[in-house]
This record gives sequence, structure tokens and C-alpha cells, in this order.
Amino acid sequence: MTPSDPPPSSDESTGLPGLRTWRGVYAAVIVIFATWIGLLAWLTARFS
Amino acid sequence: MNALDYFVLLGAMLGIGAYGMWRTRASGDLNTYLRSGGHTHWLTIGLSVMATQASAITFLSTPGQGFESGLGFVQNYFGAPLALIVISAVFLPIYRRLNVYTAYEFLGKRFDQKTRLLGAALFLVQRGLGAGITIYAPAIVLSTVFGWRLDLTIVCSGSLVIAYTVSGGSPAVNLTQKYQIGVIFIGMIAAFFVLLAKLPAGLRFSDALALAGGFHKLEAVDFSLNPDKRYTIWTGVFGGMFLALSYFGTDQSQVQRYLSGASLRESRLGLMFNAVFKIPMQFFVLLLGVLVFVFYQFERPPVYFNQAAWQQQAARGSGEKLRSLEAEFNAAHAEKQKHLQEWLAARHAGNPAAAESARAAALAALTRADAARAATKATLNASAPTITANDSDYVFITFILSYLPHGLIGLLVAVFFAATFSSKAAELNALGSTTTIDLYRHVIRREATDAHYVTASKWFTALWGFVAIGFALFANLAENLIQATNIVGSVFYGVVLGLFLVAFFFRRIGGTAVFWAAIAAQTLVFALYFTLHISYLWYNVIGCAACVFLSFVIQTVSPANHATTRE
Repeated sequence: MTPSDPPPSSDESTGLPGLRTWRGVYAAVIVIFATWIGLLAWLTARFS
Repeated sequence: MNALDYFVLLGAMLGIGAYGMWRTRASGDLNTYLRSGGHTHWLTIGLSVMATQASAITFLSTPGQGFESGLGFVQNYFGAPLALIVISAVFLPIYRRLNVYTAYEFLGKRFDQKTRLLGAALFLVQRGLGAGITIYAPAIVLSTVFGWRLDLTIVCSGSLVIAYTVSGGSPAVNLTQKYQIGVIFIGMIAAFFVLLAKLPAGLRFSDALALAGGFHKLEAVDFSLNPDKRYTIWTGVFGGMFLALSYFGTDQSQVQRYLSGASLRESRLGLMFNAVFKIPMQFFVLLLGVLVFVFYQFERPPVYFNQAAWQQQAARGSGEKLRSLEAEFNAAHAEKQKHLQEWLAARHAGNPAAAESARAAALAALTRADAARAATKATLNASAPTITANDSDYVFITFILSYLPHGLIGLLVAVFFAATFSSKAAELNALGSTTTIDLYRHVIRREATDAHYVTASKWFTALWGFVAIGFALFANLAENLIQATNIVGSVFYGVVLGLFLVAFFFRRIGGTAVFWAAIAAQTLVFALYFTLHISYLWYNVIGCAACVFLSFVIQTVSPANHATTRE
């Protein structure tokens, strides 16, 4: 095993509608994460 | 608790445990016993990963944190989604390709056997300590509140988990966790709606949020750069990411959950499920605590939520002082209630000036009530040092017992036990697996049958269960319980993560360099922990950075120490 080897199954289907690649899934998770931070920051500002 | 509550509690806990044992009674070979035969669906993995992390401490202590400090603790979880993406993209494919049972097997394949043993030993020490806290934390709170014997609560609850974990191994852990997290979701959502219904008539949800915000309970995101602050967005994203990367990526109790996936896809989706839902779940639990705070602005709370301890000391020498402080607290609370009614009327009448004036008066009364609470805690702590000054772990359970209907009380107590069992079972499963695979099979008995290792794994799992029960019986923990767990984790996790990051990303560094770097980094973290007063989350970053940096230094100054990258 060498760490530089690419993961063998990185192109395995996600099986998710609209998100065919894992990069797309990760991007979607980051967008959801950023949305949560934004909502919590808004909550902090709105009720402080 | 009445008969109905005990029926719900025992029915749920014994039923799930017995069903788990029965369904997994044929967990024959080692692959099935330790990895569920690699047949697990992504949703089961997702729920199992969530259930492993969410111990009873999460549901007892976190609402108490929300009550005391507001939503700020949610920042602790900001690093989790990013860490889970890194694990899904980098760690997981390599673990699966190498077909390992434990994360530390990977260290042996990448570096050498001493580094593998070091990783396994660090895990066994910190998780062994953590397992004791996992079982002690809810037992001390529930036994105090219900008057149960602490030792019997620890032994009975610990024995049930040991029974089904030893019997069914990883399949039993995954299966029972699925139903336990179901009980947890149902119980917490039911508590949320009952709490909303119990808020005073005329107090809308938006009023409740405005009230909580006015008392600084909705400060969920803090951009402060002050390193002394325990929870900020920076400690959460950076320190929290290192903690999550280490916990989800290198802690066998979690690695074992997603290695049981039927495919790489199932394991990845299970992790992404947590990346999406971890922050909302923690936010929800903290919000529940904030709403309990709002509720207690209109209903008089006890001056000290650990009522058993208060009454015990009130009957002794400090009784007069405690009763005087209670009277002070009650007077401040009554004044606060009056101002809050004025605030609510002014808010509904659309009079912001009057509302602000009433809010300021209520805040001043709250400050006086908090001072009486603080003096009560100091008095209790001075008269009986074994009483922890922090009673926030008793806030939610006090609310449940005082205001929830029978049946639902039993369900909520079942939530605490379900959460204890789910995280405890995963810990024991991981401790047993690591001891079997990384110590017993690797060092003591290299050639034996599959059946022999399954039997050994059962014995080791039981042994760790008894160690955890023993630790819990003799534990005497201070501070908020969830923080105690995280602090223990943070002291060790950084260095373990450093080992794995070097393994995954720095090909030229060999086993001897990383081994001595890890020893030095762990020593440094211990020294800093006892001398500095910084947020414990930073120890994840410091331990990891020190391990990686020192690996480079040792590798560079010892040219004879060639990298030992092995297939």
C-alpha cells in the first residue's frame, strides 16, 4: 500500500439522484454545512 | 416514576437487548463477529455512527449546557462535517482496500509493528477511561434523582450491555443501536412538544426566542479570537475538525461501525448522513435546554437542581445559610417573573421602549438570582466537597420528573439508558476487537482458528466491560460530564490523529520517526495540559501538529531511519 495510490473505488456510483459523483456529494455537504453556519450566525445576530 | 414508567423503561431496554441477542445468535466467524460480515446498509451505519457518539451524557448534559450557557456549545461540532468528508474520501477507501479489522492494523501495514501497538495502546487507554465515564455519567445522575443505589445502577446497566455485546458482537451492536436511536428520537421529540405546550399561555415561540436571546442564550456563533474562550467558531472548526477527524477516523469504536458496510458506497453514505445531521441534532438538543431555561423563567426552579444534595446539606450545619439563599433566590425570581410579564405585554402591545426597560429589569433580577445560585453552589461545595459545583446535569431530568406525564417519564429515562447502552456497546466491541486483533492475535497467539479468535474476542469484550464497571464504581468526577469525556479524548486524540495523518499523507516518513515523535508529542500534551489554561479542543491541534512536525524532524536528523512503507 502506498498513500499516493488513488482510492480504487472513488468512481463508484453514489446512487443518489442528482449527485452522481462523490465530489458532488461532498460539495453538497459543504453547502449544507455553510447554510447551517449562516443560519446560526443569523440567529445569533437576530436575537442578541 | 410509577409502574407505567418502569414498564416502559424496562420493556424498551430489556426488549431491545434481548431482541439483539436473539437475532444475532449465529454470529459465527470472526468477520461476522467483528465486522457484521460486511452486509450493513448505509442507514444502519449512519444511525450506528450517530448512536455511538451520542451517549447518555449528550442527552443529560447537553440540555443543561443549553440552560446554563445557551447555544454556544454547538460550535464544538462545526468541524465534524469537514472531517467526515476527509475520512470518506481518504481514510475509508484505504481501510477497505487493506481489508483491516481495526484502524491500528493499518498503522502496522504502513509503518511497523511497534507503531501499530502504540496506536492500539493509546486507543485502549483513552477509550478504556472513556468507557468508565460513559457508564458512570448517567448512573450518578439517575441514581441521585431516583434514590437508586449507584453501584447497583452501574452493575445492572453495565451487565446488560456486556451480555448482548459479548453474545452478538458487531451485528448485535449495529442492530440494537438502530432501535435505541429510534427510542432516543421519539423521546426527545416528545419532550420538545410537551415543553412547547407547557410554556405560558400567550408566550409564542417567537417570544420564547426573543426572551432567550435577551438573556444571551442564543449566541450560537462567536467570532472572538480570544484563546481562553472554550467555544468559538475557530475552536469549533479547527479544534473540532481535528477532534472529529481523530474520533471518527481513528477511534476503533467508530471505524468498526463503518467498516461493516456492504460496500464503499454504503460506508460513505453512512458517514455523509452524519455530516449532514450531526449539527442539527446537537442544535436541537441544545435548543431544548434553552427552552427549558425559558420555561423556568415563568415557573420557579429549585435554587440548586441536584435537590437530593441540597436537601441533605440543608438538614445539616449549613441549613440556615442554604435556606436564606433559597429565599433570596425566590425573591429575585418573583421579581423577574413580574418584569417578564411586563416585557411580554409591552412586546405584544408593540411598545419597544417599555419592552426594553422591562427586559433590563428582568435581566438585573436574573443576575441576582444567579448570584444566589452561585452562592448556594459555593456553600454546598464548601460543606461537602464531593458535591460537584455544577448542577447543570440535573436540569433536564428535574424538568422531566416535575412536568412530564407518566409513561413519558419512563420513555425519557429509557432515552438516557438507550444512549448509554448504544455508546457503551460500541466501545466494548471496539476494545474487545483491538485487544484481540492488535495484541492477542498479533503478539500472543499468531496461529489459531477463527473460532478461537471469536472466543478470545468475547472474553476480551467481557473483560473490558468489567474494567469499565470497576472504573465507574470508583470514579469521582467533577465538572460537567460531557466536558470530562471530551477533555479525556482531546488529550489523546491529537497524537493518534498525527500518527494517521503521517501515515496517509507523508510517504517519506518511516515507522521509527513517527513512533518517537508520537511519544514526544504525547508527553508535550500532558505537560501543556497541566500548565496551560486554554480550550481543551486546542490539544487536538497541538498533539497532532507536534506529532507531524517531530516526525519530520526525527526523519530528517536520522537519515538511516528509512521509510517503511509496506503493502
